[in-house]
Amino acid sequence: MNAVRKRRLIVTLVILGAVAIAAGLSVFALQQNVTYLYSPTEVDAGKAPAHHPFRLGGIVKEGSVHQVPGTLTTDFVITDRFQSIPVRYTGILPDLFRTGLSTITTGRMEHGTFVATTVLAKHDATYMPPQVKQAIAKAKEENRIPPHALEGGGP
Amino acid sequence: MNPELGQLALILALILSALQCLLPIIGAWRNNKPLMETAPSLAIGQFVFIAMAYGILTWAFWTNDFSVAYVAQNSNLALPWFYKLAAVWGAHEGSLLLWMLILNLWTVALVVLGGKLPRAFFARVIGVLGFVAFGFILYMVATSNPFGRILPAPANGADLNPVLQDPGLTFHPPLLYMGYVGFSVAFAFAIAALLGGELKATWVRWSRPWTNAAWAFLTIGIVAGSAWAYYELGWGGWWFWDPVENASFMPWLIGTALIHAQAITDKRGGLRAWTLLLSIFGFAFSLLGTFLVRSGLLTSVHAFAFAPKRGVFMLVYLAVVIGGSLALYALRAPRVTGGKSFALASRETMMLIGNLMLTVACAMVLLGTLYPLVGEALNIGRISVGPPYFGPLFLLLMTPLVLALPFGPLSRWGKADLKVWRRALVRIVALAAAAGIIGFIIGVRSWYGLLGVTAATWVMTGVALFAIKRWREAPRGKRYPFEMLGMMLAHFGIGVFIAGAILTRSLSVEQDVSMRPGAGTVVGAYTFNFKGVSEVRGPNYRAQQGTMLITRHGKPVVTLYPQKRTYPGGQVQTEAAIQAGIFRDLYVSLGDPVGDNAWSLRVYDKPFVRWIWGGGALMMLGGFVVMADKRFRLKHAIEPETVPARPDPVPRAKLAEGGA
Repeated sequence: MNAVRKRRLIVTLVILGAVAIAAGLSVFALQQNVTYLYSPTEVDAGKAPAHHPFRLGGIVKEGSVHQVPGTLTTDFVITDRFQSIPVRYTGILPDLFRTGLSTITTGRMEHGTFVATTVLAKHDATYMPPQVKQAIAKAKEENRIPPHALEGGGP
Repeated sequence: MNPELGQLALILALILSALQCLLPIIGAWRNNKPLMETAPSLAIGQFVFIAMAYGILTWAFWTNDFSVAYVAQNSNLALPWFYKLAAVWGAHEGSLLLWMLILNLWTVALVVLGGKLPRAFFARVIGVLGFVAFGFILYMVATSNPFGRILPAPANGADLNPVLQDPGLTFHPPLLYMGYVGFSVAFAFAIAALLGGELKATWVRWSRPWTNAAWAFLTIGIVAGSAWAYYELGWGGWWFWDPVENASFMPWLIGTALIHAQAITDKRGGLRAWTLLLSIFGFAFSLLGTFLVRSGLLTSVHAFAFAPKRGVFMLVYLAVVIGGSLALYALRAPRVTGGKSFALASRETMMLIGNLMLTVACAMVLLGTLYPLVGEALNIGRISVGPPYFGPLFLLLMTPLVLALPFGPLSRWGKADLKVWRRALVRIVALAAAAGIIGFIIGVRSWYGLLGVTAATWVMTGVALFAIKRWREAPRGKRYPFEMLGMMLAHFGIGVFIAGAILTRSLSVEQDVSMRPGAGTVVGAYTFNFKGVSEVRGPNYRAQQGTMLITRHGKPVVTLYPQKRTYPGGQVQTEAAIQAGIFRDLYVSLGDPVGDNAWSLRVYDKPFVRWIWGGGALMMLGGFVVMADKRFRLKHAIEPETVPARPDPVPRAKLAEGGA
């Protein structure tokens, strides 16, 4: 084998090795770090993991937000108009967190309450996860939504 | 002025762009001078009409013409005048118009500065840019007309999204777009080289200043976005691995690889095929970025409402551009490759390690960004991939790059010089270890923080050693040509960035607290004393304003006034108050009243956070400095050094020959 070929072989092997390692690590890391989004109906049906963190998306139910006085702990209810899940969050809520608007929280179930570690609301107040949107559209057809509930919030 | 005129201007620009794509390329193909000579005038004509459309939309914002739907959705009578100007690119339609305007600015710059390029090559470049413009204007006219009317016109507009009412918005999108769109120039050069069958790699030298400019703009655009997120999203983070951030980061990674690959091709003639590929992918990732952000396919903090028609159009356009370029590449690349061989411990190898790591990192980011889409398509469920995936993997991939970084400039082209290596290695290791120990003594305790100090010193020492080496070895006046100076600035910027990113993370003290007026809380060496909340009025909002006196050892340092603003549309926006400093930021943001007269507050002490953006700014500066190098100045008209344009650019027989 001449020098040029040998060098090429080494370079190729190094590149292939690096790519293989990177791909393996990526896939491994992906499997470890993926969180799934569930709607309250799915959680109620027991589809969500019992001991792993997951994301819960839905509408913040009207009149459900209660601050534990003097602390950073907030209790509220996330609903898709079929099922509702009580949520407890300790921390500062984002600007776009309001009743009647959609939110996505990350956390886990503890004794029937979803204990959230993060609460996200979207830049765009009209944004809604498609899954929740479907559930709500269905609920609308069945007249489950309180009057004016969806008119709150910005444009 | 009449908005319909704007639409007319767009349609005229569309026609001109189609001509700009066809005539010069056909001219270059048929070796027809008159056709080739249409390129500058068509490009300038298109620019005039796009600028006109842009001006008309701006005028509609300026005069509060709410009969234009886009203005009604994104402006308001009370909006301050400078935000009215920035609101032009505050949403989808207008930002596409800005994209187009910037593409035209790049094209016109090329027309003005590229007059000395070989005519056929120049005609092809302008033609390719015409094709890019055609796709985008067609997209605008077909799906995203900014001049649509609503009748009857509302008395007042809905207002610009408050998140966007910030100086950061004024700079972030235009700079980012300058970068995104700038890669279209490198792309056009590469495609023109493929179309014309350029045998020599001279075209890479012509392309280098443009690529560096685009890269510098993209760098500072990302920096501006990061700084904006830091003070506008109200929780003091500067990078979230959000899909939209990733969308701008992927072209940056490829662009960084590209400017290095171009340097190798320019100086050594090697890696031509790789440079071509990176040129294509740099632009492809810019398009993908625009597509991901604009289609609303991905759940992100930027999430715009989903518009399927727009998404499909972009996807088709993306497929045409990427598929077409790669097909051309496959046909033509064998003709344009070549170069000198190099030793294992040479500068080329170091730069290749960097290139490899950057492209693999880009693939990793792409995988994580698109994985949720794949998951949804395969019905696995709605998934999200977050910082725990991106962070550690990115760190892992960048480690070899950071390790190799000082040795690239210190090595020689082509040959191994192990003596230099050994001497440099001893010094770099010694200094980096010393920095680690000093860091430990002055109070950096986490292994992560120490790693950061060591890595930053590693990189900076490498730059310093290179500067000393040049000072000793090169003759006076030739020690630091601009190309080299730019490289040193950018590499030093990476050192500054590493120090900032890692020290901020390991030394920050962050507390979310509830405080009553009169209460105090200790954050690091500082005491934050909360004085209460009062109501204030801004030009177009009401705000609750907190007063926070910060003391150190009992002496007042600064009083900060964080705000929670309420806009007429009912939107609420937190404005953090920040005492910025070279070595630390003090950061307060106001939450909500939590009962008992108390408020929730975020109080942070963030050391070295400015270094993150300072490092980015140095990198940008480096990119611009490189452009000034004499090497890139075209002194006189260059005769075509390559294949003269012929009736059929590549006869089939020749192709087969070239492959043999």
